[in-house]
Amino acid sequence: MADHTKVLNSYKKKLPPSILEEIKDLFPSAGTDKKLTTVLDSTVQSYEDAKINPGECVGLVSAESIGEPGTQMTLNTFHLAGVAEVQVTTGLPRIIELFDAQKTIKTPMMEIYLKSPHNKLENIGKFAARIKEKVFGELVQEFSLNIFEQTLTVNLSKELLDNFGLAVKELVKSLKTKAKGFNIEFEENKIIFSQKGKTEEIKDLYNLKEKIKAVKVGGIKGLKQVLPVKRGEEYIVLTAGTNLKDVLALDEVDTTKTVSNDLYETFAVLGIEATRQLIIDEVYKVIESQGLNVNIRHIMLVADIMCANGQVKGITRYGVVSEKASVLARASFETPIKHLINAALEGEIDNLSSVVENVMINQPVPLGTGLPGLVTKMK
Amino acid sequence: MTLNVLQHQFVPKHSKVSDSDKEKLFATHTIESKHLPKILITDPAISSLGIKAGDVIKIERTSRTAGTTEYYRLVVEG
Repeated sequence: MADHTKVLNSYKKKLPPSILEEIKDLFPSAGTDKKLTTVLDSTVQSYEDAKINPGECVGLVSAESIGEPGTQMTLNTFHLAGVAEVQVTTGLPRIIELFDAQKTIKTPMMEIYLKSPHNKLENIGKFAARIKEKVFGELVQEFSLNIFEQTLTVNLSKELLDNFGLAVKELVKSLKTKAKGFNIEFEENKIIFSQKGKTEEIKDLYNLKEKIKAVKVGGIKGLKQVLPVKRGEEYIVLTAGTNLKDVLALDEVDTTKTVSNDLYETFAVLGIEATRQLIIDEVYKVIESQGLNVNIRHIMLVADIMCANGQVKGITRYGVVSEKASVLARASFETPIKHLINAALEGEIDNLSSVVENVMINQPVPLGTGLPGLVTKMK
Repeated sequence: MTLNVLQHQFVPKHSKVSDSDKEKLFATHTIESKHLPKILITDPAISSLGIKAGDVIKIERTSRTAGTTEYYRLVVEG
């Protein structure tokens, strides 16, 4: 078997790795180096021909290519795998959310992958129950208010306590700060609040009851719902609500795969490159799920622009548009008066180096054949 | 346990570009450092590299279209 590695390696600068890999797989091992060189040379030729020309308006093409299928998208949010409570924003609303880089998204979600053996069926339920954010109200079977003795007795569900692995003693501890001015006694599955001192105000007990219902008693903050599902061979946990930082800090979690769909959270925890990847993946997922076909290069271009500044910038007047050098270009997007007045106040100079401003003043735009200038030798 | 973000599937390999490679990079593309995309100095992915503002970071991404690609970012103050 002839070894083609040397020849292939010499083309590393001219062709991308994926194409070289493909040629390596498809080229018969009995072929000669000379034939391989012919194949590679003609591949380089085709590759160079396929490259975008300088001056091509790639942003415009991307905008059209994403915008047109966007008109065919549904405006739905879907329910996840038959579970009524977990909703997923897809379609156009999700695309808008991503490209505008909105701070609060409609359905924040996480996919939590676990290390073996925690990703087995018998362990997953327990883990899911443990990380879910729990409020005191969920655990209560019954509130009973004794008006004559001015006490509030809370009967807790033993089943839920066991499921969540919570002890009554710890619950009392987390309730203490909210129940100032009350004596707290507890026995198994029961907590009794009584007024300190003598007041006739039964209202205080009512208020207390509402207050302690919302007290967080365990789990990870923000994970409002958890849902163990099977993904391939292993079980993973889907959550409504995100808290990437705290989840990744858990020992059981596979920190290489666990993702959140919140751009800013990903940016804070994993950095700008991860955010870029998340934008591409999320947008592509939506487009794919709608049965549409957009070349991923367009999405990559948009993601690159959004992340070019080291921070996440949406395609909005506060994001990437505000960074344009030209006043006229900014004014042509949204809120023109504001931009023009500010530019006048600051005495801004517009170098007319881009497209929109040249369209406005009826000049050739620097695109395609309009981009290069002519240089002549004067005598 | 401190989290190693570099192991995450979304985080490509980040490495610091040496000064001589930096010159070479600018020469081959006829650019200056201000033309490069930026990365904040506070970015979690480069916190272990011991960088300062003005350094150039080389990022080796896995790409769906090209297998792997190289990308460069300039470190700026947040």
